[in-house]
Amino acid sequence: MSRHSVQAWLLLLPALCLLMAFTYFPTVQTVWRSVFSLGTQPSDFTLENYQFMMEDDVLHQVIVNTALYALFTVPLAIGIALVMALWVNSQMKGRGWLRLAYFTPTVLPMIAVANIWLFFYSPEIGLLNQLLGLFEHRGYNWLGDPDLSLYCLMVITVWKEAGFFMIFYLAALQSLSPELYQAASIEGAGRWTQFRRITFPLLMPTTLFILVNAVLNAFKMVDHLFILTKGGPNNASNLLLYYIYENAFSFFDTAYAASLTLLLLLALVALALLQFGVFERRTHYR
Amino acid sequence: MFTKGKKWLLATGFIASSFTSMAHAATELTMYYPVAVGGPLTKVVDGMIAEFEKNNPDIDVKAIYAGNYNDARIKALAALKSGKPAQLSVMFSIDVHELMDLDAIIPFDEVVETEADRKWLQSFYPALMENGRVDDKTWGVPFQRSTIVMYYNKDLFRAAGLDPEQPPKTWDELAAMGKQLTKKDASGNTTQWGAMIPSTGYPYWMFGALTKQNGAVLMNQAGNETYFNQPAVVEALQFWQTLGNEHQIMPKGAIEWGTLRQNFLEQKTAMMWHSTGNLTAVKKNANFDFGVAMLPAKQSLGSPTGGGNFYLFKDSTAQEREAALKLVKFMTSPEQAANWSIATGYMGVSQAAYDTQALQDYVKTFPPAAVARDQLAHATAELSTHQAGRVRKLLDDAIQSALTGSASAQEALDSAQKKAERILKRYR
Repeated sequence: MSRHSVQAWLLLLPALCLLMAFTYFPTVQTVWRSVFSLGTQPSDFTLENYQFMMEDDVLHQVIVNTALYALFTVPLAIGIALVMALWVNSQMKGRGWLRLAYFTPTVLPMIAVANIWLFFYSPEIGLLNQLLGLFEHRGYNWLGDPDLSLYCLMVITVWKEAGFFMIFYLAALQSLSPELYQAASIEGAGRWTQFRRITFPLLMPTTLFILVNAVLNAFKMVDHLFILTKGGPNNASNLLLYYIYENAFSFFDTAYAASLTLLLLLALVALALLQFGVFERRTHYR
Repeated sequence: MFTKGKKWLLATGFIASSFTSMAHAATELTMYYPVAVGGPLTKVVDGMIAEFEKNNPDIDVKAIYAGNYNDARIKALAALKSGKPAQLSVMFSIDVHELMDLDAIIPFDEVVETEADRKWLQSFYPALMENGRVDDKTWGVPFQRSTIVMYYNKDLFRAAGLDPEQPPKTWDELAAMGKQLTKKDASGNTTQWGAMIPSTGYPYWMFGALTKQNGAVLMNQAGNETYFNQPAVVEALQFWQTLGNEHQIMPKGAIEWGTLRQNFLEQKTAMMWHSTGNLTAVKKNANFDFGVAMLPAKQSLGSPTGGGNFYLFKDSTAQEREAALKLVKFMTSPEQAANWSIATGYMGVSQAAYDTQALQDYVKTFPPAAVARDQLAHATAELSTHQAGRVRKLLDDAIQSALTGSASAQEALDSAQKKAERILKRYR
């Protein structure tokens, strides 16, 4: 090894140690646990935890829920973020305040936010139903209705995420060269064409970055479930990570939780590969 | 979320442990405790602990507020695994089978030595000991214990032409009075409901009341058999369903545990079933005349007990166990139990607590405080089995699926029973 690469490795060492201790070692341990224990007890090699996955109809529902959750929240959050960014990037009075307003949900802690939304959604006394009451509508039992509760959670997620993604789009928009737009105007391109031919393609690297984050977050953000629905009613709003938590800490079934964690991990890896594989080729880096 | 949380925990744990090793006291105790009903209860506990330390300068107690019951158990067990165990904790009374399966706790019988101590163990209300006693040993000593009671709005009773001193005593009366108390506006939307029974948070607990009232129990004392699909149990769930869809005195779908008190305080419901632990909070915040009554009966009156017990952890020295016992005895002594009951609404855990001057005076000026105690005569154990979390959730899911109309009561409970059976058969 050349002196140069020794030096490089030494520089990487601290980060590598942390990654080993807090990422790779626990991952290996998770795999180990999932095939060598039952409940909290160690056992011989067993596939029982994985067999149970096949039979566990709650898990099947949870997987469907999680997929729906990602499918709705990711495009919505990104779309709204882009619109908001374009909006606050334009020349207008008070746009500083507007940016701040859009970004505020991101700054608030999720648990606090969930407690506020709990009272928005609450039937009888909640804000939403009181607003509907103005129109003589009886309102809904938002979180208590299995057909609605998951979508109620999605709304919160989109509301919370969009402002965060907007910041990235805003930064990217401000780095776009005005000359391109001037040139386009001279050629007689309309605003829509400018957006489609210039803005959107040049934002692709940012979109990819945001997409990866949004997908990860769709699987990771479950804080609000603890306050709002606890996965209910009857698992209608249960998500994979929350189900893992339930198994590990409410049911003490750490082994099954480990198997589920592995499932989550594989899903995330697969999604990441897919995203980079498909979008990377279409993305234009300057 | 998890990795971040873990690192943070490690860091704070490290700092905390380096601090404690600096402090000097003969015996150090760590105790986790939960608060499940909201309100400034941590201050009350801190006050009690401070008084104990004043009386026992050689014992140093770190009482750590640990969230709800679930969180408290997680933290206590995590501390155990990390090698910095708590010596005692207040945890859910129904965690007893799992804590035993994990070999984490010891029975009080192994720690008490004197005759006086043994008598102390017998001094609590028997109904409160049901969840703490397994295999003829006492594993949990009652502390923050409750039953479900019915809070009702006397003003709304008067407005509906009902006698405010005669709350419903039977299921039929509940439905009939509920109808009189349910108000609709011109466009047919309900503006005021007759009654609400929460079905999130702890649905199995509320259901335990209905089944007891219908003359059934949900499990055996050994915690390895459940009776979810017995006819009387199914009937109880069907009755709960009818309140929403047939009598229409309760909103359909799940009713949120966390916001129910607010619903009652804002007079959106004339009656609510809730923990006695809410009593003081309701008393402080209600700007109307309210009453507290025992739950109505079908075959008999009934409510499960609920709440938290003291447990002693196995991983402790003889000296620590002795100190822990001292603390438990102090916290459950009649005077402290009386203070605690007045401050929170949880019940005094022994007859002696209700015999104290303080609690007697309080009950005289505020009779609802005695309802939970009187209901104890009709109380039963709360659902508690091996693998309690999983089994509990099976029942919760069944209840919710029946109440939201996605399955019939019979189907839902059959399926829950079948799954519970599969889990519990290896504990027989």
